[in-house]
Formats: sequence, C-alpha cells, structure tokens
Amino acid sequence: MAQDAFQGVPLRSALGRVRGKGSARGGTHHWFMQRVTSIALLPLMLWFTLSVAALAGASHAETVAWIGRPVNALLLLASIALAFHHTAAGLQVILEDYLHKEWPRLVAILLAKGACWLAAIAAAFAVLRIAI
Amino acid sequence: MIGRRTDGTPIRRPLSPHLQVYDMAQMTSATSIAGRVTGVIWTVGLLILVWWLLAAAAGPRAYAAVSWFLSSWLGVLGLLGLTAAAWYHTLNGVRHLAYDAGFGFDIPTTYKSGRAVIIGTAVATILTWIIALTARA
Repeated sequence: MAQDAFQGVPLRSALGRVRGKGSARGGTHHWFMQRVTSIALLPLMLWFTLSVAALAGASHAETVAWIGRPVNALLLLASIALAFHHTAAGLQVILEDYLHKEWPRLVAILLAKGACWLAAIAAAFAVLRIAI
Repeated sequence: MIGRRTDGTPIRRPLSPHLQVYDMAQMTSATSIAGRVTGVIWTVGLLILVWWLLAAAAGPRAYAAVSWFLSSWLGVLGLLGLTAAAWYHTLNGVRHLAYDAGFGFDIPTTYKSGRAVIIGTAVATILTWIIALTARA
C-alpha cells in the first residue's frame, strides 16, 4: 500500500513526504507518550489530590514539613515532570486542532511548551529548595 | 477537511468531533469535549500548584498570600471547580484508555461509561471536600 502511494513520485524527499502529511515513521510517538504519562499520573494524582485535601488550611510550617519529607518530595518531582509533559502534549494537540495557519500555530505551540518548561522547572526548584 | 495526498492531489479527510458540526447534546460528544475542557482547566490548576510551591519555598509571608487567596470565596469556588475538573479528567481518561485498548466502543457501553464518569466525578469531588473540610476541624 505504501509502495502504491509513492509510485510516480520517486524523487520526493522525506521532508516533502512529511509536508504532504505522509508517514515520517514517528506518527504515534506523541500520542503514545500522552497515554504513557496519563497511566503514570493516575496513582500520582490520586496520592496528590488526597494529600493536598488533607493539607487544607495547614500553616506554612506544616506545609513545608509535608513537602520536605523525602517520599513526598520525590513523588512531587515525579508528578511535576509527568504532569507538565502531559499538559504540553495536550495543549499542543488542542492548538494543532484549532489554529489552522502555520505560523501562528507554530508560535503558539512553542510558547505553550516554553511556558510548561518554565513552570515545571520553577515548581521543581521550589520543591528542591524546601526538601534539601 | 481538505487535505493533500503525498502526490499533491486533494482529498477530503474525516473530521473529529467538532463544536460547529456535531450535536453537542449527545453523551458521546459532550463527554469528549468536556475531557478537553477539563484538561485545559487542569493547566490553570497546575499554575496554582506552582504558585503554592514557590510561595511555600519563599517563606511565611508569600505563603500567607496564597492561603488568603485560596481561602477567599473566589479561591474556594475555583478550587471546587478545579477538584471536579481534575476528577472528571482522570475518570474520563481511564475511560479513554479503555477505548485505546479497544474496549467499550458500542453505543450502550459509551452511554453507561459516560454516566459512570459523571456520577464518579460528583462522588469523588464530594469525598475530596469532606477530607479537606474535616482535615483541621
């Protein structure tokens, strides 16, 4: 089938095929990583939501003590990395769906990814500063 | 949508659920778009989490500011919505993982699982808030 599609266009480059929405043999990676991070986030979010609910109204000292506990700090760092990876992947799909012009779409996706990176690093920095 | 084949000839490609062409009152499309909307709401929740963590790291004064905002009526209302969105996105995510694995595609099952996600969201949200409200009572 793939052979048929390229008959008559043997000089088409790999990039040219991608621009024509053909396979670049990496089509499912983004989708797959979205599922993988979602599975990893299931237990983490269960833990996080219930822990933070139990922290409602806690003083600064209590909150810092909770974040600083090694197990909590470790799980928080894992949650931050996975949650922002998953968020960046999800936002990218939404932007790809609703922004049809190439340049605004590219700029919006890069801005969303940049914001996710910055926020993730800031959150991880805060956790490490408390825990170490 | 009009796309192009690799040889450049135009082709009509199928459309995914879309606000302008789908009947959004159906369980199937409504739960689908709600999954996306709650994902975006989660993004806001993550930003609040970053603020909370940075404030905790910065010291008692910064932390007092976050606490003040989160315990204000706007903060509580926002957190309540966030809790519901978080549970919905999680439960609907499990439903979609089952779809991805090839289960639950027939119409009766999609309606049943959709109803289960909505009821599960309500129950989990209430339970979470019972924990939060009794934590320091």
